Amino acid sequence: MITLGHYLVVSGMLFALGLAGVIARRNIIIVYMCLEMMLSAANLALVGFSRFHLVNGLPDYTAQSLVFFTITVAAAEVAVGLAIIVALFRSKQSVDVESVTKLQG
Amino acid sequence: MNASIPLLLPFFSALVILLGHRQLKGAAVLISVGSSIISFIACLALLAAADDKTNNQLLLPFIDVGHFHANIDVLIDKQSRGMMFIVSFIGMLVHIFSLGYMKDDEARPRFFGSLSLFMFSMTGIVLAGNLLMMFIFWELVGLSSYLLIGHWYQKASAAEACKKAFLTNRIGDFGFMIGILLLFGANNGNVNLFDLETAFKHGGPLALGSPGYNASFTTAAALCIFLGAVGKSAQFPLHVWLPDAMEGPTPVSALIHAATMVAAGVYMLVRVSFLIEASPLAAEIIAGIGCGTALLAALMATQQNDIKRVLAYSTLSQLGYMVMAVGAVAMAAKNGHDGAHAAEPGHPAMFHLYTHAFFKAMLFLGSGAVIYACHHEQDIWKMGGLRKHMPVTFWTFSIGTAALMGVPFLSGFWSKEAVLGVAFDSGCKVLFLMGAATAALTAFYMTRLLIVAFFGKPRTESAHHATEAPMVMILPLAILAIFSVISGYDVLATPLQAMKPPHVEGHQTVLVASLLALIVGVGSAIFLYRGKDKDPISIKLFANKFYFDEIYAVIVRVCQDRLAWIVTALERVFVDGLIARLPTAIVARIGAATRMLQGGHMQGYTFLLGGGVIGVVYLVVYVLPRLGH
Repeated sequence: MITLGHYLVVSGMLFALGLAGVIARRNIIIVYMCLEMMLSAANLALVGFSRFHLVNGLPDYTAQSLVFFTITVAAAEVAVGLAIIVALFRSKQSVDVESVTKLQG
Repeated sequence: MNASIPLLLPFFSALVILLGHRQLKGAAVLISVGSSIISFIACLALLAAADDKTNNQLLLPFIDVGHFHANIDVLIDKQSRGMMFIVSFIGMLVHIFSLGYMKDDEARPRFFGSLSLFMFSMTGIVLAGNLLMMFIFWELVGLSSYLLIGHWYQKASAAEACKKAFLTNRIGDFGFMIGILLLFGANNGNVNLFDLETAFKHGGPLALGSPGYNASFTTAAALCIFLGAVGKSAQFPLHVWLPDAMEGPTPVSALIHAATMVAAGVYMLVRVSFLIEASPLAAEIIAGIGCGTALLAALMATQQNDIKRVLAYSTLSQLGYMVMAVGAVAMAAKNGHDGAHAAEPGHPAMFHLYTHAFFKAMLFLGSGAVIYACHHEQDIWKMGGLRKHMPVTFWTFSIGTAALMGVPFLSGFWSKEAVLGVAFDSGCKVLFLMGAATAALTAFYMTRLLIVAFFGKPRTESAHHATEAPMVMILPLAILAIFSVISGYDVLATPLQAMKPPHVEGHQTVLVASLLALIVGVGSAIFLYRGKDKDPISIKLFANKFYFDEIYAVIVRVCQDRLAWIVTALERVFVDGLIARLPTAIVARIGAATRMLQGGHMQGYTFLLGGGVIGVVYLVVYVLPRLGH
C-alpha cells in the first residue's frame, strides 16, 4: 500500500537532491536543471496531497489541475532562464557560476 | 516731536550704504552726512519741544512671548535729551570733518556706512527705555566700533586692535548681561528703566531699608551692571583696549573713543544711579575704580609720544573722573550731602561728560588735522613748530588743552570742579586727593604735548612743510572750540537740563586745589620741556603703561592657554572620541562583518536560504509544539 508518506519522502528526496545540486554544482546549466528538479518535487508533493485529500469520496482534482498550470508556467520560465544563461555566456564567455559575482556587496 | 527720526534715519542710511556701497560710491558719503545733519536738526527740535515730563514711547514690540515682553521703547527725559544733543551734534561735526580727512580713502563708502551704523546704535543706547534694548544697542556700538577701528584692516596693528577692543568689551558686556538678568529676576521680568527706578527709589519694594531689600543682591547687580560700563568706558582693569583703538581713523577716535561711545558707560551708570545709591558698597567700589583709572591713566599719559595716544590716555583719565563722580554722588547721598545732585541741577558726571565731549572731540579732530598735515606722522617728537604753520589748528588745540586742564572760565574748569566737589563731599578724602593729583598730571601732560608738538623748531621735513588743513576740517574745529569755551555756562547748559552745572558753593578747598594743581602741572611741564628736542625724563613704567598688556599676556598664557589645553584634551577624548569616533567605528565593523555575507556568489545565497528554510521547518515542527505544550 502506497501512502502519502511515500509520496512525500520521494518528493523530499527530489527536493534535497535539487538543492544540493543548486548549491554544489558549478555549471550554470546543471544548476538550472537542479532548480527544475526542485520545482518538480514541489509538484509531486502537491499531486500526492491531492490524491489523498478526498472530497465526496473522490480525490481533489483542483490541485491536480493546478499542477498543470505550474508545469506550463515552468516551461515559460525555462525559456526565460535559458535566455538569461545565453546572455550571460555571451558576456562572460563561461557557464561557471563562480564567474558571476556582480552581486558582491 | 517724534524721537524715531534720529534713531531710524542713520539706520536706513547705514542699511543703504552697507548694502550698496559698491554702486553708490560718492552718493554714500552724501547720504551719511545728510542723515547726520537731519538727525541733528531733529534733536534740536526734540530739545525745543522739551517739557519736564518723562516721556516713554513704544516704538516696536520686539519680542512678545507669554508674559515676557521686550520692547523697543524710547525714554525721553532730560538726560536723554541732553545726551542726544551731544551725540548728534558731535556726530554731525565729525561727519563733516571726515569729508576732508577721508578724502583720499578708497573705502570711503564703507567708512561712512559704519559711521551711520554707529550713530544709529549710539542713539539707541541714549534713547533706550529699558535695559534689554540698551543691551542690544550696547552690542551694536561694540560692533560698529570694531568695524571702524579695523577700517584700515590691511594694517596688522589695526586688525589686532579691533579684535582686542571687541574681546575686551565682550567681558564687560557679559557682566552687563548678568546684571540685567539679576534685575530681570528681581523685578518680575520688568527691566523698564522707569519702573526699575520706581522699585528702587525711596518707598519702592526693592529700595534701601524696605523689607524686599537684599544688600548682597543689590550690590551684585550694581557691580555686574558696572562691569558693562568698565568695558565700554575702558575703566581699569579693562582699559587696555582704548589706547590701541587709536589705530582707527582719527575722526572715529574723536567721535567714538572720546566723545560718545566711551561715555555711554557713564551715561548708563547715571541712568541706573538709583541702583548704585541703593548699594553703598558698590558706590565705593565704583568711585575707587574710577579714581584709580583716572590717576593711572594720567601717569601713563605723561610718557607717551604718539599724539593720539596721549589723548587716548587723557580720555581714559577723564572717563575715570566721570565714573568716580557717579560713585561719589551715591556716596555723598548716603552722607546726606544732597545738594550736589538734587533733582534740578545736573549730575556732575553728566556735566563733565558733556563738557569733555566737546573739548576732547576737538582735541582729537585737531590732532587729526596735525596728522593730516604731517603726512600721517603721529610722533610728537617728530613735529614741533606747528604753531606758525597751522595757526587755526594751534589756537583751537590750545583752547581744547586749556579746557581739559581746567583753566578758569573754560568749560573744563566748571565740570572738573563739580567732580572734585562731589568727591570732596563723598566723605572720602583719598578720592579728592587722587582727583586733585590727576588734575595736576593732566595739566602736565597736556602742556608737554602742546609745547613739544606746536612750539620750538620743526624737527622733521614733514613738520617743516606742514600746511593748514582744508576748510571742512577747520570749520568743525572752530565750532567745537567755541563750544569748549561756552558749554560750561548756563546759557548753553540750561536748555540741556541734565547738563546744568551743579552748584559748588562753599568749596574753597576745591577751588584752591584745582588752581594749585593747574599751576603745578603747567609750571613743571614748561620748566621741563621748553626748547627740548627729546624727552628729558624717561620712566619706563609709565611709558610701558604699567606693563598691563604684558601682565595680561602672561595671564592669558598661564591660565587661559592651560585651560584651553585641558578643554581641548577633554574634547578630543569625549566629543571627538566617545561621541563621534566610537559609534562610527562600531557601525563600520558591523558593516564589514555583514559585507562578508554578501559574497556575490549565488550558490552561497542559496545555501543560506536552504539553511534558513531548514531552520524554520525545524523550529515549526519540533521546537514550537514543545514550547506550546
